[in-house]
Amino acid sequence: MPFIPHTEDDVQAMLVRIGVPSIDQLFDEIPAGLRSGKLTGVPQGMVEMDIARLMTERAESDGRFLNFTGAGAYEHHIPAAVWQIASRGEFYSAYTPYQAEASQGTLQLLYEFQTMMSSLTGMDVSNTSLYDGASGLAEAVLMAVRAHKTSRRILMPKTVHPIYRQVVHSIVKHQKIELVELDYDPANGITALPDEKDFAALVIPQPNFFGCLEEVDQLTDWAHAQDGLVIGLVNPLALALLTPPGTWGSKGADIAVGEGQPLGSPLSSGGPYFGFMCCKQALVRQMPGRIVGRTVDLDGKPGFTLTLQAREQHIRRAKATSNICSNQGLMTTAATLHMALLGPDGLERVASASHANTLALTEKLRAISGVKQAFAHSVFHETVLQLPIPVADVLRALEAQGIVGGFDLTPYYPELGQALLVCATETKTAADIEKFVEQLKRIVERRNAGPSCTKLVPGPNSKW
Amino acid sequence: MTIPADLKYTKSHEWVRLEADGNVTVGITHHAQELLGDMVFVENPVLGRKLTQGEECAVVESVKAASDVYAPIAGEVVAANAEVESAPESINQDAYAAWMFKLKPDSAAALGGLLDAAAYQALVDSEAH
Repeated sequence: MPFIPHTEDDVQAMLVRIGVPSIDQLFDEIPAGLRSGKLTGVPQGMVEMDIARLMTERAESDGRFLNFTGAGAYEHHIPAAVWQIASRGEFYSAYTPYQAEASQGTLQLLYEFQTMMSSLTGMDVSNTSLYDGASGLAEAVLMAVRAHKTSRRILMPKTVHPIYRQVVHSIVKHQKIELVELDYDPANGITALPDEKDFAALVIPQPNFFGCLEEVDQLTDWAHAQDGLVIGLVNPLALALLTPPGTWGSKGADIAVGEGQPLGSPLSSGGPYFGFMCCKQALVRQMPGRIVGRTVDLDGKPGFTLTLQAREQHIRRAKATSNICSNQGLMTTAATLHMALLGPDGLERVASASHANTLALTEKLRAISGVKQAFAHSVFHETVLQLPIPVADVLRALEAQGIVGGFDLTPYYPELGQALLVCATETKTAADIEKFVEQLKRIVERRNAGPSCTKLVPGPNSKW
Repeated sequence: MTIPADLKYTKSHEWVRLEADGNVTVGITHHAQELLGDMVFVENPVLGRKLTQGEECAVVESVKAASDVYAPIAGEVVAANAEVESAPESINQDAYAAWMFKLKPDSAAALGGLLDAAAYQALVDSEAH
Protein backbone atom coordinates (compact mmCIF):
# COMPACT_ATOMS: atom_id res chain seq x y z
CA MET A 1 0.00 0.00 0.00
CA PRO A 2 1.33 3.45 -0.85
CA PHE A 3 2.25 5.87 1.87
CA ILE A 4 0.95 9.33 0.91
CA PRO A 5 2.24 12.22 3.03
CA HIS A 6 0.14 15.28 3.76
CA THR A 7 0.56 18.18 1.37
CA GLU A 8 0.78 21.74 2.65
CA ASP A 9 -2.83 22.22 1.47
CA ASP A 10 -3.99 19.17 3.46
CA VAL A 11 -2.30 20.53 6.58
CA GLN A 12 -3.84 23.99 6.14
CA ALA A 13 -7.29 22.54 5.53
CA MET A 14 -7.08 20.47 8.71
CA LEU A 15 -5.82 23.40 10.79
CA VAL A 16 -8.66 25.61 9.52
CA ARG A 17 -11.21 22.88 10.30
CA ILE A 18 -10.13 22.59 13.94
CA GLY A 19 -9.54 26.31 14.32
CA VAL A 20 -5.85 26.23 15.18
CA PRO A 21 -3.50 28.70 13.44
CA SER A 22 -0.37 26.52 13.29
CA ILE A 23 0.94 23.00 13.99
CA ASP A 24 3.23 24.41 16.66
CA GLN A 25 0.21 25.47 18.65
CA LEU A 26 -0.90 21.84 18.91
CA PHE A 27 2.14 21.30 21.13
CA ASP A 28 1.46 24.27 23.39
CA GLU A 29 0.99 22.12 26.46
CA ILE A 30 4.65 21.02 26.34
CA PRO A 31 6.61 23.57 28.41
CA ALA A 32 9.26 25.52 26.50
CA GLY A 33 12.00 24.12 28.73
CA LEU A 34 11.28 20.57 27.57
CA ARG A 35 11.42 21.34 23.86
CA SER A 36 14.47 20.48 21.85
CA GLY A 37 14.23 23.56 19.65
CA LYS A 38 15.54 23.50 16.13
CA LEU A 39 17.58 20.45 15.20
CA THR A 40 20.77 22.34 14.46
CA GLY A 41 22.87 19.18 14.04
CA VAL A 42 20.76 17.97 11.13
CA PRO A 43 22.11 19.26 7.82
CA GLN A 44 19.98 20.70 5.03
CA GLY A 45 18.49 18.33 2.51
CA MET A 46 20.63 17.43 -0.50
CA VAL A 47 19.72 16.81 -4.13
CA GLU A 48 20.01 13.29 -5.48
CA MET A 49 23.28 13.88 -7.33
CA ASP A 50 24.96 15.26 -4.21
CA ILE A 51 23.64 12.57 -1.89
CA ALA A 52 24.71 9.83 -4.33
CA ARG A 53 28.20 11.31 -4.39
CA LEU A 54 28.33 11.58 -0.59
CA MET A 55 27.17 8.02 -0.02
CA THR A 56 29.63 6.66 -2.59
CA GLU A 57 32.47 8.46 -0.82
CA ARG A 58 31.36 7.18 2.57
CA ALA A 59 31.10 3.63 1.23
CA GLU A 60 34.56 3.85 -0.30
CA SER A 61 36.03 5.18 2.93
CA ASP A 62 35.00 1.91 4.62
CA GLY A 63 37.41 0.10 2.32
CA ARG A 64 37.13 -3.48 1.10
CA PHE A 65 38.46 -5.85 3.68
CA LEU A 66 38.96 -9.55 3.77
CA ASN A 67 36.83 -10.28 6.82
CA PHE A 68 37.44 -12.99 9.41
CA THR A 69 35.25 -11.48 12.12
CA GLY A 70 31.97 -13.03 13.19
CA ALA A 71 31.04 -12.37 16.83
CA GLY A 72 27.33 -12.15 16.16
CA ALA A 73 27.23 -10.80 12.59
CA TYR A 74 28.30 -13.13 9.79
CA GLU A 75 29.33 -12.55 6.21
CA HIS A 76 27.44 -14.94 3.96
CA HIS A 77 26.72 -15.02 0.27
CA ILE A 78 23.25 -13.66 -0.46
CA PRO A 79 21.80 -14.74 -3.82
CA ALA A 80 21.20 -11.66 -6.00
CA ALA A 81 17.55 -12.61 -6.39
CA VAL A 82 16.90 -12.11 -2.66
CA TRP A 83 17.17 -8.33 -2.62
CA GLN A 84 15.97 -8.01 -6.21
CA ILE A 85 12.64 -9.43 -5.04
CA ALA A 86 12.66 -7.89 -1.56
CA SER A 87 13.13 -4.45 -3.11
CA ARG A 88 9.94 -4.70 -5.16
CA GLY A 89 7.42 -2.00 -4.32
CA GLU A 90 4.95 -4.56 -2.97
CA PHE A 91 7.40 -5.60 -0.25
CA TYR A 92 9.56 -2.55 0.24
CA SER A 93 8.43 -1.31 3.63
CA ALA A 94 9.90 -1.76 7.08
CA TYR A 95 6.52 -2.31 8.69
CA THR A 96 3.66 -4.69 8.96
CA PRO A 97 0.96 -2.61 7.27
CA TYR A 98 -1.40 -0.99 9.76
CA GLN A 99 -4.45 -2.38 8.01
CA ALA A 100 -2.71 -5.71 7.92
CA GLU A 101 -5.43 -7.82 6.35
CA ALA A 102 -5.56 -5.53 3.31
CA SER A 103 -2.00 -6.69 2.52
CA GLN A 104 -2.55 -10.39 2.00
CA GLY A 105 0.75 -10.83 0.15
CA THR A 106 2.74 -9.46 3.07
CA LEU A 107 0.83 -11.62 5.54
CA GLN A 108 1.33 -14.71 3.41
CA LEU A 109 5.06 -14.05 3.30
CA LEU A 110 5.22 -13.57 7.08
CA TYR A 111 3.21 -16.77 7.55
CA GLU A 112 5.74 -18.62 5.40
CA PHE A 113 8.56 -17.04 7.42
CA GLN A 114 6.95 -18.36 10.62
CA THR A 115 6.59 -21.79 9.07
CA MET A 116 10.26 -21.87 8.02
CA MET A 117 11.52 -20.66 11.41
CA SER A 118 9.34 -23.16 13.28
CA SER A 119 10.68 -25.96 11.16
CA LEU A 120 14.30 -24.77 11.45
CA THR A 121 14.11 -24.49 15.26
CA GLY A 122 11.85 -27.53 15.74
CA MET A 123 9.43 -25.40 17.77
CA ASP A 124 5.63 -25.19 17.59
CA VAL A 125 5.15 -21.50 16.80
CA SER A 126 7.08 -18.46 15.59
CA ASN A 127 6.35 -14.76 15.66
CA THR A 128 6.96 -12.47 12.69
CA SER A 129 10.29 -11.17 14.10
CA LEU A 130 11.79 -8.83 16.68
CA TYR A 131 14.30 -6.00 16.38
CA ASP A 132 17.50 -8.03 16.69
CA GLY A 133 19.06 -10.97 18.48
CA ALA A 134 20.11 -9.06 21.60
CA SER A 135 16.75 -7.38 22.28
CA GLY A 136 15.11 -10.66 21.27
CA LEU A 137 16.98 -12.37 24.10
CA ALA A 138 15.74 -9.68 26.50
CA GLU A 139 12.18 -10.33 25.29
CA ALA A 140 12.71 -14.06 25.86
CA VAL A 141 13.88 -13.34 29.43
CA LEU A 142 10.77 -11.22 30.11
CA MET A 143 8.59 -13.90 28.55
CA ALA A 144 10.16 -16.65 30.67
CA VAL A 145 9.59 -14.64 33.85
CA ARG A 146 5.93 -14.07 32.90
CA ALA A 147 5.44 -17.74 32.12
CA HIS A 148 7.27 -19.13 35.16
CA LYS A 149 5.32 -16.95 37.61
CA THR A 150 7.21 -17.84 40.79
CA SER A 151 10.85 -16.91 40.09
CA ARG A 152 12.43 -13.81 38.60
CA ARG A 153 15.97 -15.19 38.38
CA ILE A 154 17.56 -15.93 35.01
CA LEU A 155 20.70 -18.05 34.62
CA MET A 156 22.86 -16.30 32.03
CA PRO A 157 26.08 -18.08 31.03
CA LYS A 158 29.20 -16.00 30.42
CA THR A 159 29.38 -17.82 27.09
CA VAL A 160 26.46 -15.66 25.90
CA HIS A 161 27.57 -12.74 23.69
CA PRO A 162 28.80 -10.05 26.14
CA ILE A 163 26.91 -7.30 24.31
CA TYR A 164 23.71 -9.35 24.40
CA ARG A 165 24.19 -9.63 28.17
CA GLN A 166 24.55 -5.84 28.40
CA VAL A 167 21.40 -5.29 26.34
CA VAL A 168 19.41 -7.75 28.45
CA HIS A 169 20.66 -6.03 31.59
CA SER A 170 19.62 -2.60 30.26
CA ILE A 171 16.15 -3.79 29.36
CA VAL A 172 15.30 -5.85 32.47
CA LYS A 173 17.28 -4.15 35.26
CA HIS A 174 14.34 -2.08 36.51
CA GLN A 175 11.93 -4.99 36.47
CA LYS A 176 13.24 -6.79 39.55
CA ILE A 177 14.73 -9.54 37.42
CA GLU A 178 18.01 -11.00 38.62
CA LEU A 179 20.54 -12.10 36.02
CA VAL A 180 22.81 -14.77 37.48
CA GLU A 181 26.08 -15.21 35.56
CA LEU A 182 27.25 -18.76 35.03
CA ASP A 183 30.93 -19.57 34.62
CA TYR A 184 32.36 -21.67 31.83
CA ASP A 185 34.73 -24.59 31.97
CA PRO A 186 38.15 -23.02 31.22
CA ALA A 187 39.33 -26.14 29.39
CA ASN A 188 36.35 -26.57 27.07
CA GLY A 189 34.81 -23.10 26.83
CA ILE A 190 31.33 -24.39 27.58
CA THR A 191 28.91 -23.85 30.45
CA ALA A 192 29.38 -26.20 33.37
CA LEU A 193 26.28 -27.64 35.07
CA PRO A 194 25.52 -24.92 37.62
CA ASP A 195 24.76 -25.42 41.28
CA GLU A 196 21.55 -23.38 41.23
CA LYS A 197 17.88 -23.78 41.89
CA ASP A 198 14.85 -21.51 42.03
CA PHE A 199 15.18 -19.82 38.66
CA ALA A 200 12.73 -18.93 35.90
CA ALA A 201 14.95 -19.91 32.99
CA LEU A 202 18.38 -20.99 31.84
CA VAL A 203 19.75 -19.38 28.67
CA ILE A 204 21.68 -21.82 26.48
CA PRO A 205 23.66 -20.27 23.59
CA GLN A 206 24.29 -22.66 20.70
CA PRO A 207 26.89 -22.27 19.37
CA ASN A 208 28.10 -20.10 22.23
CA PHE A 209 30.01 -16.84 21.85
CA PHE A 210 33.32 -18.72 21.70
CA GLY A 211 31.95 -20.75 18.79
CA CYS A 212 31.87 -23.85 21.03
CA LEU A 213 28.99 -26.30 21.10
CA GLU A 214 27.29 -26.45 24.49
CA GLU A 215 26.03 -29.73 25.98
CA VAL A 216 22.48 -28.70 25.18
CA ASP A 217 20.73 -31.98 26.03
CA GLN A 218 22.29 -32.22 29.45
CA LEU A 219 21.70 -28.54 30.27
CA THR A 220 18.08 -28.66 29.07
CA ASP A 221 17.18 -31.73 31.11
CA TRP A 222 18.94 -30.29 34.15
CA ALA A 223 17.01 -26.99 33.92
CA HIS A 224 13.68 -28.78 33.46
CA ALA A 225 14.43 -31.00 36.45
CA GLN A 226 14.76 -27.80 38.52
CA ASP A 227 11.39 -26.53 37.19
CA GLY A 228 13.10 -23.86 35.11
CA LEU A 229 12.40 -23.01 31.49
CA VAL A 230 15.03 -23.21 28.76
CA ILE A 231 15.78 -20.36 26.36
CA GLY A 232 17.84 -21.51 23.39
CA LEU A 233 19.86 -18.67 21.87
CA VAL A 234 20.71 -20.03 18.46
CA ASN A 235 22.36 -19.16 15.16
CA PRO A 236 19.69 -20.06 12.60
CA LEU A 237 22.22 -21.15 10.01
CA ALA A 238 23.88 -23.53 12.47
CA LEU A 239 20.51 -25.25 12.89
CA ALA A 240 20.91 -26.65 9.38
CA LEU A 241 23.50 -28.96 11.00
CA LEU A 242 22.86 -28.99 14.74
CA THR A 243 20.04 -30.46 16.80
CA PRO A 244 17.21 -27.90 16.78
CA PRO A 245 16.23 -26.47 20.20
CA GLY A 246 12.79 -28.10 19.92
CA THR A 247 14.45 -31.49 20.44
CA TRP A 248 17.10 -30.60 23.03
CA GLY A 249 17.03 -33.06 25.93
CA SER A 250 13.90 -35.07 26.60
CA LYS A 251 11.43 -32.15 26.43
CA GLY A 252 13.09 -29.58 24.17
CA ALA A 253 13.78 -25.90 24.82
CA ASP A 254 10.76 -23.79 25.71
CA ILE A 255 11.78 -20.67 23.78
CA ALA A 256 14.19 -20.33 20.86
CA VAL A 257 15.48 -16.90 19.97
CA GLY A 258 18.35 -15.46 17.96
CA GLU A 259 19.80 -13.08 15.43
CA GLY A 260 18.40 -13.54 11.96
CA GLN A 261 21.12 -11.64 10.10
CA PRO A 262 22.87 -14.76 8.72
CA LEU A 263 19.69 -15.37 6.69
CA GLY A 264 19.86 -12.85 3.89
CA SER A 265 20.89 -9.62 5.63
CA PRO A 266 24.21 -8.05 4.61
CA LEU A 267 26.65 -6.94 7.34
CA SER A 268 26.01 -3.30 6.35
CA SER A 269 27.90 -1.68 9.24
CA GLY A 270 25.77 -3.32 11.91
CA GLY A 271 22.19 -3.19 10.76
CA PRO A 272 19.31 -3.26 10.30
CA TYR A 273 19.17 -6.91 11.34
CA PHE A 274 16.24 -8.81 12.82
CA GLY A 275 15.53 -11.09 15.74
CA PHE A 276 13.44 -14.21 15.60
CA MET A 277 11.54 -16.00 18.33
CA CYS A 278 9.82 -19.36 18.47
CA CYS A 279 8.25 -21.20 21.40
CA LYS A 280 6.19 -24.15 22.52
CA GLN A 281 2.45 -23.98 21.87
CA ALA A 282 1.72 -23.77 25.61
CA LEU A 283 3.64 -20.48 25.88
CA VAL A 284 2.21 -18.76 22.82
CA ARG A 285 0.08 -16.31 24.85
CA GLN A 286 3.21 -15.07 26.58
CA MET A 287 5.04 -14.48 23.30
CA PRO A 288 5.73 -10.90 22.23
CA GLY A 289 5.45 -9.66 18.66
CA ARG A 290 2.96 -10.23 15.91
CA ILE A 291 1.72 -13.62 14.77
CA VAL A 292 0.08 -14.32 11.42
CA GLY A 293 -2.51 -17.08 11.16
CA ARG A 294 -4.13 -18.82 8.22
CA THR A 295 -7.90 -18.88 8.09
CA VAL A 296 -10.87 -18.79 5.69
CA ASP A 297 -13.07 -15.84 4.81
CA LEU A 298 -16.89 -15.74 4.69
CA ASP A 299 -16.86 -17.49 1.31
CA GLY A 300 -14.57 -20.23 2.59
CA LYS A 301 -11.56 -18.94 0.68
CA PRO A 302 -8.17 -19.20 2.39
CA GLY A 303 -6.63 -16.01 3.72
CA PHE A 304 -4.21 -14.68 6.30
CA THR A 305 -4.81 -12.59 9.38
CA LEU A 306 -3.00 -11.31 12.44
CA THR A 307 -3.92 -13.60 15.29
CA LEU A 308 -3.65 -13.88 19.09
CA GLN A 309 -3.82 -10.10 19.22
CA ALA A 310 -5.14 -10.08 22.78
CA ARG A 311 -1.43 -10.20 23.75
CA GLU A 312 -0.76 -6.90 22.03
CA GLN A 313 -0.76 -3.34 23.25
CA HIS A 314 -3.76 -2.09 21.28
CA ILE A 315 -5.89 -4.54 23.26
CA ARG A 316 -3.97 -5.41 26.39
CA ARG A 317 -2.57 -1.90 26.98
CA ALA A 318 -0.08 -1.79 29.86
CA LYS A 319 -0.31 -5.57 30.30
CA ALA A 320 0.68 -6.39 26.72
CA THR A 321 3.31 -9.10 26.32
CA SER A 322 5.54 -6.42 24.83
CA ASN A 323 5.30 -3.08 23.16
CA ILE A 324 6.67 -4.45 19.94
CA CYS A 325 3.83 -3.71 17.57
CA SER A 326 5.84 -3.70 14.37
CA ASN A 327 8.65 -5.89 13.15
CA GLN A 328 11.73 -5.91 10.97
CA GLY A 329 9.49 -6.70 8.02
CA LEU A 330 11.93 -5.99 5.23
CA MET A 331 14.75 -8.09 6.70
CA THR A 332 12.21 -10.84 7.38
CA THR A 333 11.15 -10.68 3.74
CA ALA A 334 14.76 -11.12 2.67
CA ALA A 335 15.21 -14.01 5.11
CA THR A 336 12.14 -15.78 3.77
CA LEU A 337 13.36 -15.39 0.19
CA HIS A 338 16.87 -16.44 1.22
CA MET A 339 15.63 -19.63 2.87
CA ALA A 340 13.26 -20.36 -0.01
CA LEU A 341 16.05 -19.98 -2.59
CA LEU A 342 18.63 -22.01 -0.66
CA GLY A 343 16.26 -24.64 0.67
CA PRO A 344 17.22 -27.01 3.49
CA ASP A 345 20.03 -28.51 1.37
CA GLY A 346 21.47 -25.12 0.50
CA LEU A 347 21.46 -23.97 4.12
CA GLU A 348 23.17 -27.20 5.11
CA ARG A 349 25.84 -26.73 2.43
CA VAL A 350 26.53 -23.16 3.59
CA ALA A 351 26.74 -24.27 7.22
CA SER A 352 29.01 -27.21 6.37
CA ALA A 353 31.30 -25.06 4.23
CA SER A 354 31.56 -22.45 7.01
CA HIS A 355 32.39 -25.16 9.52
CA ALA A 356 35.01 -26.71 7.21
CA ASN A 357 36.61 -23.33 6.44
CA THR A 358 36.89 -22.46 10.12
CA LEU A 359 38.48 -25.83 10.85
CA ALA A 360 40.96 -25.33 7.99
CA LEU A 361 41.78 -21.82 9.18
CA THR A 362 42.22 -22.96 12.78
CA GLU A 363 44.48 -25.81 11.76
CA LYS A 364 46.81 -23.48 9.85
CA LEU A 365 46.81 -20.73 12.49
CA ARG A 366 47.63 -23.18 15.26
CA ALA A 367 50.73 -24.19 13.33
CA ILE A 368 52.15 -20.67 13.86
CA SER A 369 54.59 -20.71 16.73
CA GLY A 370 53.01 -19.28 19.89
CA VAL A 371 49.42 -19.38 18.58
CA LYS A 372 47.11 -21.70 20.51
CA GLN A 373 43.49 -22.68 20.39
CA ALA A 374 41.91 -21.62 23.70
CA PHE A 375 39.47 -24.49 24.06
CA ALA A 376 39.69 -28.16 23.21
CA HIS A 377 36.07 -28.43 22.14
CA SER A 378 34.03 -28.74 18.94
CA VAL A 379 33.06 -25.52 17.27
CA PHE A 380 30.58 -24.51 14.57
CA HIS A 381 32.18 -21.75 12.48
CA GLU A 382 34.07 -19.65 15.01
CA THR A 383 36.90 -20.27 17.46
CA VAL A 384 39.07 -18.57 20.09
CA LEU A 385 42.82 -18.27 19.51
CA GLN A 386 45.39 -17.14 22.07
CA LEU A 387 48.26 -15.09 20.66
CA PRO A 388 51.77 -14.53 22.00
CA ILE A 389 51.54 -10.77 21.38
CA PRO A 390 48.82 -8.14 22.02
CA VAL A 391 45.66 -8.76 19.98
CA ALA A 392 45.07 -5.04 19.43
CA ASP A 393 48.48 -4.68 17.74
CA VAL A 394 47.87 -7.72 15.58
CA LEU A 395 44.49 -6.45 14.42
CA ARG A 396 46.01 -3.07 13.55
CA ALA A 397 48.79 -4.69 11.55
CA LEU A 398 46.33 -6.99 9.74
CA GLU A 399 44.09 -4.05 8.92
CA ALA A 400 47.02 -2.38 7.18
CA GLN A 401 47.09 -5.48 4.97
CA GLY A 402 43.37 -5.21 4.18
CA ILE A 403 42.31 -7.91 6.62
CA VAL A 404 39.77 -7.65 9.43
CA GLY A 405 41.33 -10.35 11.55
CA GLY A 406 38.70 -11.14 14.16
CA PHE A 407 37.10 -9.89 17.35
CA ASP A 408 39.35 -8.80 20.24
CA LEU A 409 38.11 -10.64 23.35
CA THR A 410 40.52 -9.01 25.82
CA PRO A 411 38.12 -6.31 27.12
CA TYR A 412 35.39 -8.89 27.74
CA TYR A 413 37.34 -11.97 28.86
CA PRO A 414 40.63 -10.74 30.40
CA GLU A 415 41.11 -14.19 31.96
CA LEU A 416 41.75 -15.60 28.48
CA GLY A 417 44.82 -13.42 27.93
CA GLN A 418 45.47 -12.22 24.37
CA ALA A 419 42.40 -13.93 22.92
CA LEU A 420 41.05 -13.42 19.41
CA LEU A 421 37.73 -14.75 18.09
CA VAL A 422 38.00 -15.73 14.41
CA CYS A 423 35.45 -16.95 11.90
CA ALA A 424 35.70 -18.19 8.30
CA THR A 425 32.35 -18.54 6.55
CA GLU A 426 31.67 -20.17 3.18
CA THR A 427 32.64 -16.87 1.53
CA LYS A 428 36.35 -17.49 2.22
CA THR A 429 38.44 -19.26 -0.38
CA ALA A 430 41.54 -21.34 0.31
CA ALA A 431 43.57 -18.38 -1.02
CA ASP A 432 41.84 -16.00 1.44
CA ILE A 433 42.63 -18.31 4.32
CA GLU A 434 46.22 -18.66 3.12
CA LYS A 435 46.59 -14.88 2.94
CA PHE A 436 45.31 -14.43 6.51
CA VAL A 437 47.61 -17.18 7.81
CA GLU A 438 50.63 -15.77 6.00
CA GLN A 439 50.07 -12.26 7.34
CA LEU A 440 49.39 -13.34 10.90
CA LYS A 441 52.49 -15.55 10.81
CA ARG A 442 54.61 -12.65 9.57
CA ILE A 443 53.25 -10.28 12.25
CA VAL A 444 53.73 -12.73 15.10
CA GLU A 445 57.20 -13.79 13.97
CA ARG A 446 58.38 -10.24 13.42
CA ARG A 447 57.26 -9.23 16.90
CA ASN A 448 58.95 -12.27 18.39
CA ALA A 449 62.20 -11.75 16.50
CA GLY A 450 65.29 -10.33 18.28
CA PRO A 451 65.73 -6.80 19.67
CA SER A 452 63.67 -4.14 18.00
CA CYS A 453 65.33 -1.17 16.39
CA THR A 454 64.44 1.18 19.21
CA LYS A 455 67.09 -0.57 21.28
CA LEU A 456 69.89 0.34 18.85
CA VAL A 457 72.27 2.96 20.19
CA PRO A 458 74.76 5.00 18.18
CA GLY A 459 78.26 3.44 17.99
CA PRO A 460 81.51 5.41 18.40
CA ASN A 461 81.81 5.98 14.62
CA SER A 462 78.15 6.81 13.98
CA LYS A 463 77.40 10.05 12.24
CA TRP A 464 73.96 10.44 13.84
CA MET B 1 -31.93 -15.35 36.01
CA THR B 2 -28.50 -14.02 35.15
CA ILE B 3 -27.60 -13.05 38.73
CA PRO B 4 -28.25 -15.99 41.08
CA ALA B 5 -29.39 -14.88 44.50
CA ASP B 6 -27.28 -17.42 46.41
CA LEU B 7 -23.89 -16.08 45.22
CA LYS B 8 -21.69 -13.18 46.23
CA TYR B 9 -20.14 -10.78 43.68
CA THR B 10 -17.29 -8.31 43.22
CA LYS B 11 -17.14 -4.96 41.50
CA SER B 12 -14.69 -6.54 39.05
CA HIS B 13 -17.37 -9.06 37.97
CA GLU B 14 -16.30 -12.28 39.69
CA TRP B 15 -18.90 -14.49 41.36
CA VAL B 16 -18.13 -16.33 44.62
CA ARG B 17 -19.87 -19.32 46.20
CA LEU B 18 -19.23 -20.49 49.75
CA GLU B 19 -19.04 -24.29 49.76
CA ALA B 20 -19.98 -26.67 52.58
CA ASP B 21 -16.29 -27.36 53.31
CA GLY B 22 -15.58 -23.67 53.94
CA ASN B 23 -13.78 -23.12 50.63
CA VAL B 24 -15.06 -20.66 48.06
CA THR B 25 -15.52 -21.24 44.34
CA VAL B 26 -14.79 -18.37 41.93
CA GLY B 27 -15.84 -17.65 38.35
CA ILE B 28 -16.75 -14.66 36.19
CA THR B 29 -20.33 -13.47 35.88
CA HIS B 30 -22.75 -13.88 33.02
CA HIS B 31 -22.55 -10.10 32.55
CA ALA B 32 -18.74 -10.25 32.29
CA GLN B 33 -18.79 -12.98 29.63
CA GLU B 34 -21.38 -11.00 27.69
CA LEU B 35 -19.09 -7.98 27.64
CA LEU B 36 -16.05 -10.04 26.64
CA GLY B 37 -17.66 -12.18 23.94
CA ASP B 38 -16.54 -15.61 22.74
CA MET B 39 -13.96 -17.03 25.15
CA VAL B 40 -10.84 -18.58 23.65
CA PHE B 41 -8.47 -18.93 26.60
CA VAL B 42 -8.48 -19.28 30.37
CA GLU B 43 -5.41 -19.19 32.55
CA ASN B 44 -5.89 -20.20 36.19
CA PRO B 45 -3.61 -19.56 39.18
CA VAL B 46 -1.25 -22.36 40.24
CA LEU B 47 -2.29 -24.53 43.16
CA GLY B 48 -0.95 -23.44 46.52
CA ARG B 49 -0.60 -19.81 45.52
CA LYS B 50 -1.55 -17.45 48.33
CA LEU B 51 -3.62 -14.51 47.15
CA THR B 52 -4.44 -11.20 48.72
CA GLN B 53 -7.85 -9.65 48.12
CA GLY B 54 -7.96 -7.90 44.77
CA GLU B 55 -4.75 -9.54 43.48
CA GLU B 56 -4.62 -10.38 39.78
CA CYS B 57 -4.59 -14.15 39.65
CA ALA B 58 -6.14 -15.40 36.39
CA VAL B 59 -6.76 -14.33 32.81
CA VAL B 60 -9.71 -14.81 30.50
CA GLU B 61 -9.28 -14.04 26.84
CA SER B 62 -11.99 -13.65 24.24
CA VAL B 63 -11.78 -13.09 20.52
CA LYS B 64 -11.76 -9.36 21.13
CA ALA B 65 -10.18 -8.77 24.54
CA ALA B 66 -8.15 -10.18 27.38
CA SER B 67 -9.10 -9.49 30.95
CA ASP B 68 -7.57 -10.17 34.33
CA VAL B 69 -9.50 -11.96 37.03
CA TYR B 70 -8.95 -10.79 40.62
CA ALA B 71 -9.03 -12.67 43.90
CA PRO B 72 -12.38 -11.71 45.49
CA ILE B 73 -11.04 -12.43 48.98
CA ALA B 74 -7.66 -13.40 50.45
CA GLY B 75 -6.87 -17.10 50.50
CA GLU B 76 -4.92 -20.02 49.11
CA VAL B 77 -5.67 -21.61 45.74
CA VAL B 78 -6.82 -25.18 46.43
CA ALA B 79 -8.31 -26.14 43.04
CA ALA B 80 -8.30 -24.98 39.44
CA ASN B 81 -10.82 -26.11 36.85
CA ALA B 82 -8.89 -27.82 34.05
CA GLU B 83 -12.14 -28.39 32.11
CA VAL B 84 -12.73 -24.69 31.68
CA GLU B 85 -9.12 -24.26 30.55
CA SER B 86 -9.58 -26.85 27.80
CA ALA B 87 -13.08 -25.56 26.91
CA PRO B 88 -13.14 -21.78 27.55
CA GLU B 89 -16.45 -21.51 25.65
CA SER B 90 -18.15 -23.23 28.60
CA ILE B 91 -18.03 -19.81 30.34
CA ASN B 92 -20.21 -18.42 27.54
CA GLN B 93 -22.58 -21.39 27.81
CA ASP B 94 -23.11 -21.11 31.57
CA ALA B 95 -20.93 -18.66 33.47
CA TYR B 96 -22.08 -19.94 36.88
CA ALA B 97 -21.43 -23.61 36.11
CA ALA B 98 -18.02 -22.92 34.54
CA TRP B 99 -16.11 -22.17 37.74
CA MET B 100 -12.44 -21.21 37.46
CA PHE B 101 -10.72 -21.86 40.79
CA LYS B 102 -11.36 -22.49 44.48
CA LEU B 103 -9.85 -20.64 47.42
CA LYS B 104 -9.42 -21.63 51.04
CA PRO B 105 -10.25 -18.25 52.63
CA ASP B 106 -7.90 -16.72 55.18
CA SER B 107 -11.05 -15.51 56.91
CA ALA B 108 -14.63 -16.52 56.19
CA ALA B 109 -15.71 -13.10 57.40
CA ALA B 110 -14.21 -11.54 54.27
CA LEU B 111 -17.22 -12.82 52.31
CA GLY B 112 -19.39 -10.33 54.17
CA GLY B 113 -17.61 -7.49 52.38
CA LEU B 114 -18.71 -8.71 48.93
CA LEU B 115 -21.79 -7.60 46.98
CA ASP B 116 -25.04 -9.55 47.20
CA ALA B 117 -27.17 -10.22 44.13
CA ALA B 118 -29.20 -7.03 44.47
CA ALA B 119 -26.12 -4.84 44.89
CA TYR B 120 -24.45 -6.51 41.90
CA GLN B 121 -27.60 -6.01 39.80
CA ALA B 122 -27.45 -2.32 40.72
CA LEU B 123 -23.79 -2.20 39.66
CA VAL B 124 -24.57 -3.82 36.30
CA ASP B 125 -27.46 -1.42 35.76
CA SER B 126 -25.29 1.59 36.57
CA GLU B 127 -22.57 0.44 34.17
CA ALA B 128 -25.13 0.14 31.40
CA HIS B 129 -25.52 3.93 31.37
